Amino acid sequence: MFLQLVVSGISFGSLYALIALAMVIIYKTSEVPNFGQGEMAMISTFVAFTLLVTHGYSFVVSFIGAFIFAAALGIFLEFVFLRRAKDPNILSLILITLGFEMVLYGLASWKWGADQRNFPFPVSDFDVIHLGSAVISYLNIATLLITLLLMFMLFLFFRYTKVGIAMKATQQNAMAARINGIRTNRILSITWALSSMIGAVAGMLLAPIATLDPNLMLEPLLKGFAAAVLGGMTTLVGAALGGYILGVLENLFGGYVSLEFKSIVAFLIIVLVLCFKPSGLFAKHYVRKV
Amino acid sequence: MLEIKNIETFYTLIYALRGVSLAVDEGTVTAILGNNGAGKSTILKTVMGLLDDQPDKGTIEFLGKRIDGKDPEVIVRMGLSYVPEGREVFDELSVKENLLMGAYIRRDRAAIKRDFEQIYAYFPVLKEREAQWAGTLSGGEQQMLAIGRALMNRPKLLFLDEPSLGLSPILVRDIFKIIKTINQEGVTILLVEQNARMALSISDIGLILENGRFVMKGEAKELMEDKDVQEFYMGMKSEESAKGFQRWKRKKRWR
Ligand SMILES: Nc1ncnc2c1ncn2[C@@H]1O[C@H](COP(=O)(O)OP(=O)(O)O)[C@@H](O)[C@H]1O
Ligand SMILES: [Mg+2]
Repeated sequence: MFLQLVVSGISFGSLYALIALAMVIIYKTSEVPNFGQGEMAMISTFVAFTLLVTHGYSFVVSFIGAFIFAAALGIFLEFVFLRRAKDPNILSLILITLGFEMVLYGLASWKWGADQRNFPFPVSDFDVIHLGSAVISYLNIATLLITLLLMFMLFLFFRYTKVGIAMKATQQNAMAARINGIRTNRILSITWALSSMIGAVAGMLLAPIATLDPNLMLEPLLKGFAAAVLGGMTTLVGAALGGYILGVLENLFGGYVSLEFKSIVAFLIIVLVLCFKPSGLFAKHYVRKV
Repeated sequence: MLEIKNIETFYTLIYALRGVSLAVDEGTVTAILGNNGAGKSTILKTVMGLLDDQPDKGTIEFLGKRIDGKDPEVIVRMGLSYVPEGREVFDELSVKENLLMGAYIRRDRAAIKRDFEQIYAYFPVLKEREAQWAGTLSGGEQQMLAIGRALMNRPKLLFLDEPSLGLSPILVRDIFKIIKTINQEGVTILLVEQNARMALSISDIGLILENGRFVMKGEAKELMEDKDVQEFYMGMKSEESAKGFQRWKRKKRWR
């Protein structure tokens, strides 16, 4: 049973890792945990669903359409709401992202209702392979592979592309970035687009396991946030690791202690981390933010 | 090359620049001297477009074009670069990535490569530390990196804000030597300093700023000979000023 719990924990952990990554990317640039992240992903998943089921487009077209929508949504929200805040403090920024959460949730409920829908996906959740005593579904494997691939691409992006490095530069010192000609406003837009697309991947991988309704991302968002806090809100690698650790711990708790209270693991972790190591497990101790 | 006319700058209610005019000629080194809080940095920040909605009054022309009200992202592309006070390197980028960000606005790959070599020739220690995070460098090395990064912009005019701040005297001398070399390679320089002696030694023109106004301007050589400048900015005591009264009277006279 242990192996089974770990294996499916890793699979769920991938989703938490994606959400954590999406949040951290925004946190590092806009300096706010984006509590609208989950709903942005949920709406994007609904867009994929609509293209796919209602309009009958192919998977490729629907998914690409959803990603474009996700990017546009991210850019729109940052540009129209967050950027307007004059001399913002962290509290007012958080309130704005909570505003995104509520508005998007309301929109989705109004447009698609509370029906639970099946989200079709090209990979099956019922075909499995056996790993010793554990089974793992094709969908779980796909989730893991897609997540790892995405993380690798992010690594390459931040390591080797000019825009990626400029994004880090902007996060570290916006004034210095500007005097070197980096258009920090554009970098902000790119950040939100990127983050929103990563969130959308999480939504579209989660929807076929769960059912698609406006509540899709409520819990996963909190889990992803817990994972980000656990790993350290300022490190991408830490956030990803935090996701996997949380996924496995939570599953083990559910298996050996109590299935009903599985969800409290995430909250326990947030509390413990904030008490004992507020910068997170993997934050490099080198953050000089003003 | 740079023509500042009568600018006034506010930080909300603080009146920091009270009508500052300044012309920088191509090819020269100009030094702005003044005590802490005089407004030296504010001049540079205002010109770079870093202060929102400032200057409140006055005009700034660079290469014949108005730049007041423009963003720094635009100004740097016109050929005006800035080494800020306190260096402001990207702490968690490598030395190489920092320099690469200096070349962000450029596309000329071959020339970028040559400039890398040039900067490593000026500051060999940067080459050694190429892969290290900038935040782990010493203050002097960070200053070199900040200068190198600005040079990667390929500036026509370079602003330097207190490059000597917090550095050892030997290092200061080295850095000023290189600043002079950079000038001889064709980059016009506007330098802000509290270290008047060092600054004047490499400058053509010097100006003295007090409380947001220029109170004195002259050839660097003349200023170095000037009694008041020597006393108030180069720490040389004139004999009869022991009680401080003379000092106060002379300072008063300037305004
Ligand atoms: N961000 C700021 N907000 C409010 N006042 C400022 C700010 N920056 C500078 N000042 C004030 O403006 C004046 C000039 O400052 P500054 O240009 O930094 O002087 P200097 O560079 O000559 O030491 C000082 O009185 C300083 O207190
Ligand atoms: Mg200053």
